[in-house]
Amino acid sequence: MSRLIRMDRTGHTTVAEWTVDDPASVEAAVAAFREQLESGHLAMVSRGEGHAEHVRELPLDEELVILRRPIAGG
Amino acid sequence: MSAHAGRLPEVAQVHWRPRADRKLIAAQGRRWTASTVAHVIPFAVAAIVLFALEPLTFPVGLAALAHAWLIPELYADRGARVLRRQLRQDPLAERTAAGLLGDLVGHDARALHARTGLVTERGSYGTWLVGELGAVLLPAGGRRAYCWCVAVDDPALPSGDRIAHLLLALRADEESFATIANLTFSGATWRLRRRLPAPAREALDAARAVAARDAG
Repeated sequence: MSRLIRMDRTGHTTVAEWTVDDPASVEAAVAAFREQLESGHLAMVSRGEGHAEHVRELPLDEELVILRRPIAGG
Repeated sequence: MSAHAGRLPEVAQVHWRPRADRKLIAAQGRRWTASTVAHVIPFAVAAIVLFALEPLTFPVGLAALAHAWLIPELYADRGARVLRRQLRQDPLAERTAAGLLGDLVGHDARALHARTGLVTERGSYGTWLVGELGAVLLPAGGRRAYCWCVAVDDPALPSGDRIAHLLLALRADEESFATIANLTFSGATWRLRRRLPAPAREALDAARAVAARDAG
């Protein structure tokens, strides 16, 4: 089971869960993913220690996709 | 970590800035040192000249020397702010966020975060110490520190999430990260260390040890 989570004031919230062999869950996850991106979130996939990748499409084969807010210099 | 991986979208917000790389960062450090010296030397010279001309002016000279000492300390204090911790909010949210952050880092970094609230991260420019309000870069050797102010604009986020935001961005593209961030101090690591609370000192020492090993 893969998860799309959003870092928020609760720590994090699971936005969607899917398995690649369940088209309905994939469709719902993709829709949720796009909705989060439209609301200004950025999606990241951790590639192990020292590595991460910014993704613009939901990577269905990843176990965990993390949504974050943009950062800015203070 | 690749410094040239996919760029972070936030770079578009600072499109006028030159892309940060190792050379640019080193040049920023040299400019910072030159600026500090330019601020300090006139006060020090004034103190010496005044005393040479008229020893009775020594109180004025002492005040000038105090200024010469204070200016670098104020700069270092500004840099140290990037490692300060915010007030803790919802304990459950903090634990949840710390759990996610713990999944992103290795055992040593997780243990250091539990003790200090800060996370070390090796990058291609050096060793980073990441906090809620920014990050400190220690290039190989660890003698010089660069303090970068950069954060997610949501004060309601728990500490672990704020750090995870920065960590993921840093890992995705170190070059973009250093471009987006604002440099608030560059100078001797010992000067920065003096301005930090004890837990942050421990974390800085750990990062400096990594940077020193990388130099060897």
